[in-house]
Amino acid sequence: MSFDLPFVAESFVALLRGIPLTLQLTVLSVVSGGILAFGLAFMRISRKWWLDAPAQFYIFVFRGTPLLVQIYIIYYGLSQFPVLRHSVLWPFLREAYWCAVLALAFNTAAYSAEIIRGGLLSVPAGQVEAARACGMSGLLLFRRIVMRLALRQMLPGYSNEIILMVKSTALASTITLLEITGMAAKLISESYRPVEIFVCAGAIYLAINFLVTRLFAWLEYAVTPKNRNSEERRA
Amino acid sequence: MNTLGLMGFGPDGWGYSMLAATGTTVAVAACGFFIGALLGCLGAAGSLSRFRALRSVADVYTTVLRGIPDLLVIYLFYFGSSSVISTASALFGAEGFVGAPAFLTGALAIGVVSGAYQMQVFRGAVLALSKGEIEAGRAYGMPSLLLFRRIVLPQAARFAIPGIGNVWQLVLKESALISVIGLVELMRQAQIGAGSTRQPFSFYLTAGALYLLITFISGLVFRFAEKRAMRGIRRCV
Repeated sequence: MSFDLPFVAESFVALLRGIPLTLQLTVLSVVSGGILAFGLAFMRISRKWWLDAPAQFYIFVFRGTPLLVQIYIIYYGLSQFPVLRHSVLWPFLREAYWCAVLALAFNTAAYSAEIIRGGLLSVPAGQVEAARACGMSGLLLFRRIVMRLALRQMLPGYSNEIILMVKSTALASTITLLEITGMAAKLISESYRPVEIFVCAGAIYLAINFLVTRLFAWLEYAVTPKNRNSEERRA
Repeated sequence: MNTLGLMGFGPDGWGYSMLAATGTTVAVAACGFFIGALLGCLGAAGSLSRFRALRSVADVYTTVLRGIPDLLVIYLFYFGSSSVISTASALFGAEGFVGAPAFLTGALAIGVVSGAYQMQVFRGAVLALSKGEIEAGRAYGMPSLLLFRRIVLPQAARFAIPGIGNVWQLVLKESALISVIGLVELMRQAQIGAGSTRQPFSFYLTAGALYLLITFISGLVFRFAEKRAMRGIRRCV
């Protein structure tokens, strides 16, 4: 097998056209899944069994089954019900795009909920007591004290989850979407040169994930006051 | 037919084929997991070695394989090895595309991916050992291999169990992706059933339930193993 540079460059440029869709799927599902995850995390730490149990069950189911099964249930499975086919939701559920977003969001919500829960549980009780002694309560306490401390704890875990999501969007190619992997499969069916094209696609994913890790490293640095102070002291 | 009748074990039931496919899923996941364990050990040894070249090879391996989608790796292994086999068989007069064996390719692909994750687990486990124990072993004059066998391995294995449990769950779910190269495991069997009965929801839901069953049981096994390995160790929290 010879290495054909013009061909590699050409397919690389063609694959670049898949990037917007990959990013769209990632951002939409991470944002909507993140909102759902917050709800689930609060249900888990509520100390009320009728809130905790359904959240636990949701997380067990979505973490215990493959994402591919979830995507197929939503995209192929739901069409089995005539009720759904005639409902107002069908224009959305018919589209592979929305099915992929939905499945990815449900999936990431289960994993993120546990990360958020871990972050919230890591907030030292003394900090909350101190805030209460200062007269803070409710949302103010949450916004000023709990959320900031929890955020710092959960950033590393959350960055892993986002990288997993970027990689998971590749599964959307199995339900006809032309994101990077789908584009690669299409190019291969035209040129029959799998190795070069898949290596290009892998390089693009690697570049995206590298940027994600850099972004989170910067965020982590920004929210850790210890680093900020030492920087000031040095200056 | 309702879902229960559909998944029954009668002449029209899909029960046997779904269970057989579950067996294939477990088999391919287990093979991939053991290949990954082997690669993970090698990688961890490389990343902890004195030689810079070995360290960077291990580093590149784990960074790249954890950074690209598993689906891409499976496709790459399948089409890559198929094109090599096709070229080779063309030499012997065969024509056209010859597919690589799906079980072997799939197990290798998820083995290579899970190896990158297992390497991190093993590395963390070895680094979690207290340095004093290794120094004490050296002070007794143990050579490296003996030290590894007697001191490092038994303790690192203990630390590695929770992480390894996570990787196993990951591998099990990853094995669903092997359906794209045509291996009839649980996911592929569900696709076949869904196609011929036009009841996709029932089949994918059953497949999901079977996956859930496997992850649940293996979760129990790992929890038991962890409990057993940790007996006699004082918890600090």
